[in-house]
Amino acid sequence: MTAEEYAGLGGWTPEKLDVPGAVRPVVAAPDPVLSRPGPAVDPTSAEVVQLAADLVATMRVSPGCVGLAAPQVGVSAQVFAVDVTGHPKAVTVHGAFVLCNATVVEASRWKAGREGCMSVPDLTGDVKRASRLVVEGVLPGSGDPVRLVTDGFEARALQHEIDHCAGLLFLDRVAGAHAVYQRKVYL
Amino acid sequence: MNELAITVIGRDRPGIVADVAEVLARLGANLTDSTMTRLRGHFAMTLICVGPAAADVEAALAPLAAEGQLLATVRAVTPDGQTAPGGEPYVMAVHGADRMGIVAAMTRVLTDAGGNVTDLSTRLTGSLYVVVAEVELPPGSADEVAGRLTRTAAELGVGVSLRPADTDLL
Repeated sequence: MTAEEYAGLGGWTPEKLDVPGAVRPVVAAPDPVLSRPGPAVDPTSAEVVQLAADLVATMRVSPGCVGLAAPQVGVSAQVFAVDVTGHPKAVTVHGAFVLCNATVVEASRWKAGREGCMSVPDLTGDVKRASRLVVEGVLPGSGDPVRLVTDGFEARALQHEIDHCAGLLFLDRVAGAHAVYQRKVYL
Repeated sequence: MNELAITVIGRDRPGIVADVAEVLARLGANLTDSTMTRLRGHFAMTLICVGPAAADVEAALAPLAAEGQLLATVRAVTPDGQTAPGGEPYVMAVHGADRMGIVAAMTRVLTDAGGNVTDLSTRLTGSLYVVVAEVELPPGSADEVAGRLTRTAAELGVGVSLRPADTDLL
């Protein structure tokens, strides 16, 4: 991670939301909220600031969770949290952040990878994603626009969450009839 | 040479594939296309092979089914299974709450549009039902098919997406 790339967030952290986050229950498919495109939000509204804090709080208590989108806590809205810090597959890492109204503006170097999702707990699937990505969005609270340049695992996480905000699950992007797998559980 | 279509289905246990393949090899039956999977814990295998008479293969496979745990069927087929791709390849994904008739309704839309389902799998996990199908569609028909699929999916209360199947030629 270079200083230049980090400048994309301008030193923003979830703590700047200045409200405590509450853990919300995570909804699972086939809940229709997961298939509904979320509307764009006002990033400065108190409701969105609280939602952002709650997404971070919920993500942090969920083992292995590297991203969580508003529809996953039952709210149809274009807001998601991502944090791939410490993940072995991550290269570029921007820490924990929340984006509103995010869009992909550049995508390249498509690679297949196996994805799971907290909202589809029993299945995984092979999905092709861009491994080089530029995303634009706005920060909750300040409403400042940001442009994130990232790659690899963080890029995959961002595309997965942006899809959630558009009402899409990884199941909508699997490569073929034999690209969905029963998740192996070792207990 | 005879072309044979063989199905083996039954209670899963380690070694079924090896047992079936061994029988076929011993008879000089050349295993060509095959697929095997576990469906909710049941072993399921379908294969095409070229070799001896169907009756000989059926007799040789009979001991595997002797304990009633497996069912093997052998059928002679005409070796005309090589069909040229009939259109543009797409992947249809459907997911939603389980209910009767999702596969029937969605594949009927594809068929009515002149499409051909070439591969399909379904998964039921909890109340979530997932269908993923690979389909060949008549050139230029995808947008219209997507519209029809969306309307049918809405009637069923499920979601659907139709995307071009990726082929990377390297």
